Amino acid sequence: MLLSLAIWVPIIGALAVLVTGRDRDPTLTRWIALIASIAGFLVTIPLVTEFDTSSAALQFVEKFAWIPRYGIHYHLGVDGISVWFVLLNSLMTIFVVVAGWYVIEDKQAQYYGAFLIMSGLINGAFAAADAALFYVFFEAMLIPMYLIIGIWGGPNRVYAAVKFFLYTLLGSLLMLVALIYLYNVSGGSFEISQYHKVPLAMGVQILLFIAFFLAFAVKVPMWPVHTWLPDAHVEAPTGGSVILAAITLKLGAYGFLRFMLPIVPDASRHLAPLVIVLSLIAIVYIGFVALVQTDMKKLVAYSSISHMGFVTLGFFLFTANGDASALGIEGGLLQMISHGFVSGAMFLCIGVLYDRLHSRNIADYGGVVNTMPRFAALMMLFAMANAGLPGTSGFIGEFTVTLAAVKQGMFWTAAAAGLTLVLGAAYTLWMYKRVIFGDVANDNVRALTDVTAREFWMLAALAILVLAMGLYPAPFTEIMQKSVHELVVHVAKSKL
Amino acid sequence: MKDIALVLPEIVLLTLACALLVGDLFVSREAKGRTYALGIASLFLTVICVLSLAGPLDAPAQMAFAQLVVLDGVSTVLKAVMLVASALALIYSWDYLVKHRLDNGEFVALALFSTLGMMVIASAANLLTAYLGLELLSLSMYALVALKRDDRLATEAAMKYFVLGALASGLLLFGVSIIYGATGSLDLATISKSMATVNRIALAFGLIFIAAGVAFKLGVVPFHMWVPDVYQGAPTAVTLFLSAAPKIAAFALAYRLFGEGFLAGVDEWRVVVAVIALLSVVFGNLIAIAQTDIKRMLAYSAVANMGFLLLGISTGTVDGFAAAFFYAVAYAISGLVAFGLLVVLSARGQEVERIEDLSGLNERSPWLALILLISMFSLAGIPPTLGFWAKLTILESLVDAGLTWMAVVAVVASLIGAFYYLRVVKVAYFNPATSQDVLPAANDSAGAVLSINAIAVIVLGMMPTALVGVCAKAVLTALR
Repeated sequence: MLLSLAIWVPIIGALAVLVTGRDRDPTLTRWIALIASIAGFLVTIPLVTEFDTSSAALQFVEKFAWIPRYGIHYHLGVDGISVWFVLLNSLMTIFVVVAGWYVIEDKQAQYYGAFLIMSGLINGAFAAADAALFYVFFEAMLIPMYLIIGIWGGPNRVYAAVKFFLYTLLGSLLMLVALIYLYNVSGGSFEISQYHKVPLAMGVQILLFIAFFLAFAVKVPMWPVHTWLPDAHVEAPTGGSVILAAITLKLGAYGFLRFMLPIVPDASRHLAPLVIVLSLIAIVYIGFVALVQTDMKKLVAYSSISHMGFVTLGFFLFTANGDASALGIEGGLLQMISHGFVSGAMFLCIGVLYDRLHSRNIADYGGVVNTMPRFAALMMLFAMANAGLPGTSGFIGEFTVTLAAVKQGMFWTAAAAGLTLVLGAAYTLWMYKRVIFGDVANDNVRALTDVTAREFWMLAALAILVLAMGLYPAPFTEIMQKSVHELVVHVAKSKL
Repeated sequence: MKDIALVLPEIVLLTLACALLVGDLFVSREAKGRTYALGIASLFLTVICVLSLAGPLDAPAQMAFAQLVVLDGVSTVLKAVMLVASALALIYSWDYLVKHRLDNGEFVALALFSTLGMMVIASAANLLTAYLGLELLSLSMYALVALKRDDRLATEAAMKYFVLGALASGLLLFGVSIIYGATGSLDLATISKSMATVNRIALAFGLIFIAAGVAFKLGVVPFHMWVPDVYQGAPTAVTLFLSAAPKIAAFALAYRLFGEGFLAGVDEWRVVVAVIALLSVVFGNLIAIAQTDIKRMLAYSAVANMGFLLLGISTGTVDGFAAAFFYAVAYAISGLVAFGLLVVLSARGQEVERIEDLSGLNERSPWLALILLISMFSLAGIPPTLGFWAKLTILESLVDAGLTWMAVVAVVASLIGAFYYLRVVKVAYFNPATSQDVLPAANDSAGAVLSINAIAVIVLGMMPTALVGVCAKAVLTALR
């Protein structure tokens, strides 16, 4: 029941917003949206507080026959791998609503409606235990995101929206064929857990791997299929960037864990070097690309790609005798959660500046600390977290993945990834320096006003989360431990 | 007497259509709305007849008139959907017809006659019955397309449609005669039984012509040339009518011939049908991208979608036919929304010829824009719409038949297709409005029914269980 609530409360809230929405007087619209998003978050809290950490099985399971002719079920359930993302998504939705409060002046009802529907669909994708149900949620979320980028985005929004849609559709359609193929070989079932059990020949595994890889690598996004992300991020409104970076990217990485590793373990092992190389390219090369950006949003977008490289790296650290690394997977998951907070916060910070000056150009700023001291302090924390400073959440994920690489006997991989942590510090802190420090650059900056109470509390809440996770990550690892262990044991068994 | 009882719905519709045709002569121009309403009512009356005659879906088939007519689950479902689709098309069209001064009695009478033709096809148990129904349908359609007789595009379209349609009928008839020569029978059940012993060359020769005739009626590559011209040239209300129920009739024809008649000889026609289907999904989607006229774009979209339907048939499996059946129904429901919207917009003062004419629809009427969005995503096959499940069932039948590579081609083609559907949504949502007038709210019956139709696309997309089940059960009973 809880998971259904997590999916349908935001969607029903969205319908309420759309029906009652009046563009002339958006107050009611905003409050309904806020209440719906908070209610959507509250119903997900018991998922963590009542989570049984001693079990690796799916919990809070709901299962009803949906389309018996094809053995499709409305089957929901979360395990230690997925539960945090349902929570993260529901929480970020509140920030999105708050961030858009006075900023969105056009078609507010549709704006909030799209985000709430999006939130419900994302929860559905994380909670689905049936492949067809997963696919429905996974692809349906393209529609609200397409509208969000296209209606409320920047000057080049139409190009970005279409590119986003087609790129993601390309991957997911091939995955659909793969899922149908698995449906046939597993004897007429769309249960993901059945797919985990079915034996597959190596050639088939490789083809399935390619189909899944295309679908999820585009979403993550991995180099070289990342080019939609900077466009989409730069053109999307602040809320859109937050949801894209904090949540939808995680769906791609989640797909690796839920579909690729357990369904095609042998192909994953066989092709792990490829994934590792692509991840390293993302970490190193995209890190350099981020360094030269002049647009703040684009810089954070590229930094997201680089950080997600750590995630995919952690997932595919196989030893010479073919064991996956539990530590690497946990590190990847921690990095995903942390990146959700940090990148979301970074985009919110840029949104705060953009709302005032309507520019994302680093060159248009300088000396912001003189006029916005409270904002500068908060942004400092997020910049440090983005750079992976110990004590912030950004550190633990990257540290754990690097540690795992060393433990798996891949010293040079660890060295390449670890040394580039300095790149992250370089591009983030250099941007921070140019925007915040120095003398007041121009009259526009001189006229800036510090954060309002709404903006302050929004950022402060995230700051607390970033620090809390950085100082005490145990509750996160505790919940995911059993499921990750089970996954590693499963992946170690050959399916040939 | 029993035979007559089985064709009661057809008799009812024929009687009502004749009565309307004659009665309309005595009705003044101001009161044409009443005959129109009676026409819609007679379609619904016929639906009631169909449903009251129907037994359970898995009941054995009943034959009438010396095996000429069959009444089974498939025919019941087909007829019910055809009649409702025709009725919906008529409901959407009235205001458009009044506005364009096409509100004569002919429109509704011709629509009823063509629907009668479709029903005959749906019940055909004999090649001649099928041909008879097809001609009744086609002749009515030719006249409907030419309804706006002073319009250059419309007459050109009608002429093209008629000449090519007559050629296709000729091809079909030629194929039928060869099959008759080879098997000695026109009865589909007998033909089916003789599949094992018949001369393969004669069979293959006849089937080529039959496939060509059916492909023309479906409007698939390379027999699609008439589709864009007719869709564009005909008055939008006629295009609306043409795009829904006749597509189901074309499926019915394909089902009766290839499913009931030639299924055992699948090896002789599988390749032909597969090539036609693949060409259609690829070229239909590719050419649609280049269109600026929305009716032409939707015409090529129809070509691609009918190709997708044929993919299901090309598997030659019972599952494939069941999937194609569901696809035809799903396409008709989604297509009705797309064309219905164009007709309703036109009736409210927003003529839509080019795609750009939809600019800023979201600002002028958010609800109509949402309806457009739903129909486009359903035609593109994006969940949570009905169109997604239609595509899924076809892909499943392909993979099940071991034709995974065809499924991959089909999804790549759908990806190309997604581009032009997205463009329509883009124009309606992202482009600034060219006119600031707010469109009148949906307070007429056409708008209300269109809304229900659009909501049905979403609701059926979330709960397709019953519709999938009905289509599958009917076909599975008939073909096993």
